[in-house]
Amino acid sequence: MQFAPQLYSAALRMTRNSADAEDLVQETYLRAYRSYEGFEEGTNLRAWLFRIMTNQYINTYRAKQRRPQETDLDDVEDLYLYRRVGNLGAMSRSAEDTLFELFTDDEVKTALEELPEAFRVPVLLADVEGFSYKEIAEMVDVPIGTVMSRLHRGRKAMQKKLYDFAEQRGLLAAGNDEQMKEPTNG
Amino acid sequence: MDNCDDTIRELEAFLDGALSEDGHHSIHAHLEGCSECLQAFDFQAELRSVIAAKCHNDEMPPGLLSRIEKCFNEDFDGDGRIG
Repeated sequence: MQFAPQLYSAALRMTRNSADAEDLVQETYLRAYRSYEGFEEGTNLRAWLFRIMTNQYINTYRAKQRRPQETDLDDVEDLYLYRRVGNLGAMSRSAEDTLFELFTDDEVKTALEELPEAFRVPVLLADVEGFSYKEIAEMVDVPIGTVMSRLHRGRKAMQKKLYDFAEQRGLLAAGNDEQMKEPTNG
Repeated sequence: MDNCDDTIRELEAFLDGALSEDGHHSIHAHLEGCSECLQAFDFQAELRSVIAAKCHNDEMPPGLLSRIEKCFNEDFDGDGRIG
């Protein structure tokens, strides 16, 4: 069960609580075990497990949702975070350290988990798990174009949330707007 | 790709590895000559690796693996089959 830790982390992001995440991972393995004949040797076992889990999550947990699905997100400009904190990199030893240290683990997890499900699942599968548009389209059962637009909007909303966290913690100096990067023009 | 706006528009697809070979090359060519776009691309790539790293470090509950193994060995849901 080499993929169990990855599946558990992803299940936590999906369900947002550890009891449901444990159940989801257990159910995923059980389904995989029962339908193992359906798995084609030589294809990607990890993708197959994630597909089972995503299906299971969407079907079961969506049915439990009392609130109607939120499918809308506020529109956020492109490069939202970069235009606000991109300049921090230059002030420190390396951009990598700065960005990694700017946000806590919990803030990044929360920023992802607070996205509505329709956006959260594609962003999780792409940016955390590294699946392709095509794989995600199959897992979530929507067209590739829909995956792309949900990724685009979900990522921007997540960046805005991250920026809000940094701002709340007073990490960004006052007057940061003045340092804001101008949009690049052709 | 000569235009910064067009390049930024392709940023996500580029980082997602979803561009054609030609498309990928033309973005690459632009980035080599445009430090502004390169900086934006670097930032997004770095952000992604930070997100992936910070969302991948949850500790699995200690009993979970054995719970899963157990259901492979018994008739877990009472349907008369193992598993």
